[in-house]
Amino acid sequence: MKKNLTICRALDICKTYWRGKVAVEALRGVTIEIKTNDYISIMGASGSGKSTLIHILSCLDTPTSGEYYLEDKLVSSYTDLELAKVRNTFFGFVFQSFSLLPRLTATENVALPLIYAAVSKKERVRKARKILEKIGLGDRMNHRPNEMSGGECQRVAIARALVNDPKVIFADEPTGNLDSRTGAEIMDIFDKLVAEGNTVVMVTHDSTVASHASKTVRLRDGMIQNE
Amino acid sequence: MNDLWLKVSLSLQTFKTHRLRSFLTALGIIIGVSTVIAILSLIEGLNRSVAEQIQSIGSDLVFLSKSPIVMAGPRNIEEIANRPDLTPEDAEAINQLPSVDVAIPEISQQLTKLKYRDKEVASVRVIGSAENFSKVNNRFVESGRDFTRDDVTHRRALCIIGSYVAKNIFPEGSPVGKELNVRGHRLKIIGVFREKGAFLGQSMDNMLVMPYTFFEKIFPRGESVIERAFFGYSVDIKPKTGQSEKTIDEVRELMRRRHGLSFDKKDDFEIGTQQMLMEIYQNITRVGFIAIVAIAAISLVVGGIGIMNIMLVSVAERTREIGIRKAVGASNQNILSQFLVESVFLALIGGVIGIMFGLILAWLISVVSPLKASVSLWMVILGFGFSAAVGIFFGIYPARRAAGLNPIEALRYE
Ligand SMILES: Nc1ncnc2c1ncn2[C@@H]1O[C@H](COP(=O)(O)OP(=O)(O)O)[C@@H](O)[C@H]1O
Ligand SMILES: [Mg+2]
Repeated sequence: MKKNLTICRALDICKTYWRGKVAVEALRGVTIEIKTNDYISIMGASGSGKSTLIHILSCLDTPTSGEYYLEDKLVSSYTDLELAKVRNTFFGFVFQSFSLLPRLTATENVALPLIYAAVSKKERVRKARKILEKIGLGDRMNHRPNEMSGGECQRVAIARALVNDPKVIFADEPTGNLDSRTGAEIMDIFDKLVAEGNTVVMVTHDSTVASHASKTVRLRDGMIQNE
Repeated sequence: MNDLWLKVSLSLQTFKTHRLRSFLTALGIIIGVSTVIAILSLIEGLNRSVAEQIQSIGSDLVFLSKSPIVMAGPRNIEEIANRPDLTPEDAEAINQLPSVDVAIPEISQQLTKLKYRDKEVASVRVIGSAENFSKVNNRFVESGRDFTRDDVTHRRALCIIGSYVAKNIFPEGSPVGKELNVRGHRLKIIGVFREKGAFLGQSMDNMLVMPYTFFEKIFPRGESVIERAFFGYSVDIKPKTGQSEKTIDEVRELMRRRHGLSFDKKDDFEIGTQQMLMEIYQNITRVGFIAIVAIAAISLVVGGIGIMNIMLVSVAERTREIGIRKAVGASNQNILSQFLVESVFLALIGGVIGIMFGLILAWLISVVSPLKASVSLWMVILGFGFSAAVGIFFGIYPARRAAGLNPIEALRYE
């Protein structure tokens, strides 16, 4: 993969939530760029707007104002269908709370994005298994989330984020629900992914976690803090 | 295709996890579809047997009578009573018409009881007619003999009985040659008609025919308005093949002439055909048909609302799932069709159970009652079609609601 090609460019992003008549300005003009093979950590206190930012960057949410470009194409011009396709093939997302479907097995959970990419069942299973093997869950293929530990669940979630070969992997406090040893194992996986050429953007409020990244962005009250 | 199958199997999964709930939801549809299937197949069975019966009376008979076959709307009975009576001579004159094969006079009465020694039958139809009675009415004298012209002109005390009467009062041995007592007159049985079966649940074989000349002796005519209006001769006319239209015209013209009606006067008699009988019958069943459509519509709407309700619950319960699916790339369209397939699936399960239930119901009714059920493929297709339509119609709102969810909001939902 070529280095230093800009994938995402967010300019002066603002996001305002409305709680009844009270406006909550979660983001107040954030500008950020993601290049290939970046390893970015986003830090900040609780409520500083980290999740809001990463949701907008991963096209799970839309900004109130500001411009967001994906490979030089303005995201606000995308249709619902195109946005779904972006989420499906362009990005992978790892949530703090794993967010697996409880009734599906590990393999089925990992294969979920492939369903929406119209991949055949045989190919879905093959790909899902390959990634589960790689991530060290070869013996958990047919387990359901409630039959696995937190660390295992988070690895399934990472496998799901990887299954469509995304350009950027986003993770919102992926170690937040794990003990420190398991958290460290998860961080090893991200380190490896970056070493293999992947691009990772990770939210955390833990500085040891952030220290894995090559670049750290600090948020405070919805704005980037310059040191 | 692959995609649809995936959604169906997903629906099946939801159905399995919420068996009782799904069943209760489908209940409205089950009730609706099963009533419709049961009643439709009974009506169809009725239609069929009526059509058969009407055919078997004689293919295209024309009836001439003093009073209308069916009193549609208010009629002046006095007016009908004052019309000239039809007579056996009228029947004879009609018999001579070029388009007519045979015409016979017919007059009848209901006999409350007919006794023979210790045996009896109730509600026997007693008919006075002439020698061609069997030919016109598609009847067949199975044992004994038919009437002759002489029997009629000599006013002989003879009769031919229906198979129901024969079976009930002569369970063993031949009735031919035995004597029956009808209102104090002794009638010799000369023959027995072959069985004709039931018409609208009523036996057509509970009858007895004698020469009309003798009938007049037994049943003198009363003078009340009702009797003058409704008790009297009618003429059964069998046209030559394919000439029933012509027969109607000829009979009308002849009767107007015989009654001395000038051109500005209305007919003072009624001409009916089997076609008209059929139409009258169809009008009656149409009312039933509309009633069913109404029942069906109501229960399908109730069922549909049930489905909508449960789908809304399902959308709420699975908000997180929807969020996850959207986050990994499901489009609004994907989510919409997933929920739509599910509601249609639910409705179709109701439809299938309803169809089976309806068929069983129809079968049960035809076993315990004289009604016959007749099932056609179109009813089954109708049942399927309706339930699918209900599933789509009432599923679209919850499905759109699911599809429109914001992934982040949905993921936050606990
Ligand atoms: N859906 C929402 N409605 C209203 N306010 C919200 C919503 N989401 C986030 N917020 C508010 O926006 C601010 C930033 O939230 P968030 O991005 O989740 O912060 P972080 O992830 O850094 O803890 C907080 O004050 C939060 O309460
Ligand atoms: Mg957060």
